[in-house]
This record gives sequence, structure tokens and C-alpha cells, in this order.
Amino acid sequence: MAHHYDVIVLGGGPAGLTAGIYLGRARARTLILDAGTIGGQTVLSYSVANYPGVEETSGRTISQTMLKQARGFGCEIRAYTEVAGMDLRADPKRFRLGDGSEVTGEAVIIATGGVPRRFGLASEERFVGRGISYCATCDGDFFTERPIAVVGGGNSALEEALALARYASKVTIIHEFDHFQAEPWIIEEVRGNPKIRFLMEQEVLDFEGGEKLEKVVSVHKKTGEVSATVVDGCFVFIGYVPNSGPFEGVVSLTERGEIRTDESLATDVPGVFAAGDVRAKRYRQITTAVADGTIAALSVLESLREKGR
Amino acid sequence: MLQTGLEHVESQESFESLLKEHENVMLCCGRMGPMCLPVYDIMENLRDEYPEVAFRDMDFDGPASHLVRRLPEVRSFTGLPFTLYYKDGKLVEATSSIQTRSQVTSNLDRLYRNGG
Repeated sequence: MAHHYDVIVLGGGPAGLTAGIYLGRARARTLILDAGTIGGQTVLSYSVANYPGVEETSGRTISQTMLKQARGFGCEIRAYTEVAGMDLRADPKRFRLGDGSEVTGEAVIIATGGVPRRFGLASEERFVGRGISYCATCDGDFFTERPIAVVGGGNSALEEALALARYASKVTIIHEFDHFQAEPWIIEEVRGNPKIRFLMEQEVLDFEGGEKLEKVVSVHKKTGEVSATVVDGCFVFIGYVPNSGPFEGVVSLTERGEIRTDESLATDVPGVFAAGDVRAKRYRQITTAVADGTIAALSVLESLREKGR
Repeated sequence: MLQTGLEHVESQESFESLLKEHENVMLCCGRMGPMCLPVYDIMENLRDEYPEVAFRDMDFDGPASHLVRRLPEVRSFTGLPFTLYYKDGKLVEATSSIQTRSQVTSNLDRLYRNGG
């Protein structure tokens, strides 16, 4: 027999955990499911310095505190739990989990976040940990006095390029547009750094090498000129994609795959809400995810009251 | 210093006795960084599921890390953590950088359960 909850939250990042805190405090029987580790992308932040009321700390510390709070208010939280099937249009909503068990919920909050965008090239997979990296702070010192590339043109890419220029002999920033999408002060710093050079309007075609990465091959999007940048390392920061695949054809998505919501964070399916980076919105920060989790939880509680639960 | 729920390998003696006393060993050598933490979490999560495997971690900047850093199998690695799988005291698999739970269980099944 399926175990029944008032609310099932899909995703244990800051949006899902915040929803759990609010729902738990309101004594709603709440289950949070996450296919991976609890904390979402926040865990991947070495340092968080702009979370109000908290002095600079690690993403892991913030996540662990949120987890403790949600558990303290009575939420059941299951990490590394796959959802094998679901029916979000049913009443109650039904979920089949990876271990074969079933759970049901009166309402659902989708807070599955985003995942770092990858090129989708086979050669990218081949060189992960052998030249290709997604964390400058973790792996920068492997490239001391060696040439590297940074792919991307947003705040993350340029900040990491500046950090990596402290180790590397040379940093080539490879970007798809003819301008950067970063804060002006970061662009100014990057442009003023003598170790950094730029390859703009490029599409990355391939990563080449033997045991380790040796070249990043890219093509100029207008002239068609192919460049092979000789490097020992390549750091990739090309943004995020919403983790909304399982909901395609179920709830309304934008052309970017983000879930559409109204002001209460309700989707177009009754009883299904969305919060955090998976939904369509302009800014994606821990603080905006936390705000989303709060709004979604309060909206769910209101909908449950209307349902007479 | 690592702050995880795993047992740490902090010396050459503890490394040698680990390999002597356990047939199957998964050792994650890293720091308290964003690519390493998820792997430690996965290992902690798998302890009950794989009681036949000894799950340990090692500080990449600690006194015993030369035992890992000098291995020819990690010569081309440039991403933390370095994750090593030992069978009967011999290194049978090594991976670099962050791993998903399914990548880890796939290695554990293949190496220690004859394919799962």
C-alpha cells in the first residue's frame, strides 16, 4: 500500500528544503525526495558570501543547516531516491520510487533545480578529470604555470578566469558571443589582466589529446576560421539547464525547458507547484530559491485548506 | 583536515593495514571542496548497501597523500577527488573528479560483485 503524505517535494536544494521547513512547521506531512545528494547546486559553492544574515560560509554548511531545520520540523527526507514513475494529474498524486515502493501526496512541489550545461561532446566526457574541470578552486593548482582555457562569458566564467590566472601561465577565454554577460567591474579586471587573452564568437567543436587534454578546437561563428588552442586544462562555465525532463508533456514548459508558474508558483496542473531554478524566472540565486520555496509552501498550504485537508 | 562521516586514512601504517585487513576498499582522496563532498556523501550513503566494502577517505594535503599522488595510475589526473578501488590489496580502478552515485555503484558492482 502506498504511503500517503500531504505534500511531496521533488528536490532537496534550497527551494525544496525551505518549502519543507515551512510545511513541516505547519504540520503538513511532508516528504522530500532527491535523486542525488541533499543541498542541490548549493553544495557545489565553495563559498557563499551574499546570503543575508549569514557571514561567509560554504554552500555545504548552509545546506546542512537547512536539512537539519527541515528534519527538525518533521519532514521526511530521502536522498539518492529515484522516481521511476509518476502521475501528477491524479488525485492524490502518485509516485513509484526506484525501490518499487509507492507514495502519494495531496500536492506536489517540483524543486528539481538545474544542472550545469555541458557541450554534449563525447570528448568532453573523456577528458573530465584529465584536463577538463568545472571547479577552479578545486583543481586550479594542478595547472600551475601551465596554459589553460576558460569557456564561458558570464560572471562565473570571468571570476574563475581571474582566479585561475593566479596559477596558470596563460588563460584563454573562449566565448560564444562578441561581448560578455558579466558585471562591468569583472569585465574590466579580466581585460586588464596581462595573462588573459580572448577568443570571441567561438563554437567549441572538440577536445583533443591523448592521456590528457591537449587542445580545445573551436570555430569562429562568422568567419568559419578554426582555432586549436593548446592547453593543459579547460574550465567550463557555460551556465545551467533546468532539470525538468521528467515533466515534459505534463506541465507547461517554456522553450528553454523551464516550468511556467503563476504568482503563487502554481503550474497549469492543479495541485502541482514549482520552485527554484527549475521554473521560469530572471534571477537564480540561493536567496531567490529560498523565496520560491517559501511562496510555494504557503500556496500549497492555502490550497490544502481550500481542499479541506 | 577532512570533516566527513567516513574513517580517515592519515598515515602510511593505517593505509597498509587497511589494504591488509580488507579485501575490498574504496578510498577517496580529496579536500573539503564542492567536487569532493558529493563523493564522500555517496560513500557514506552506500555503507549499508555494500557491507563487504571498506569505505575510507584521505586528505589530499595530508601526510599520507603521497601514497596516492605517486601512483602511476593517477599521473594524468587533474580533477579532485581521486577515487581508488582496491581488491586484495591491489589497485584495480581509479577515477578523477566528481562521480555520480550510479557511476560509483557501477564500479562497486563490477569490481566486487562480478557485475552486480
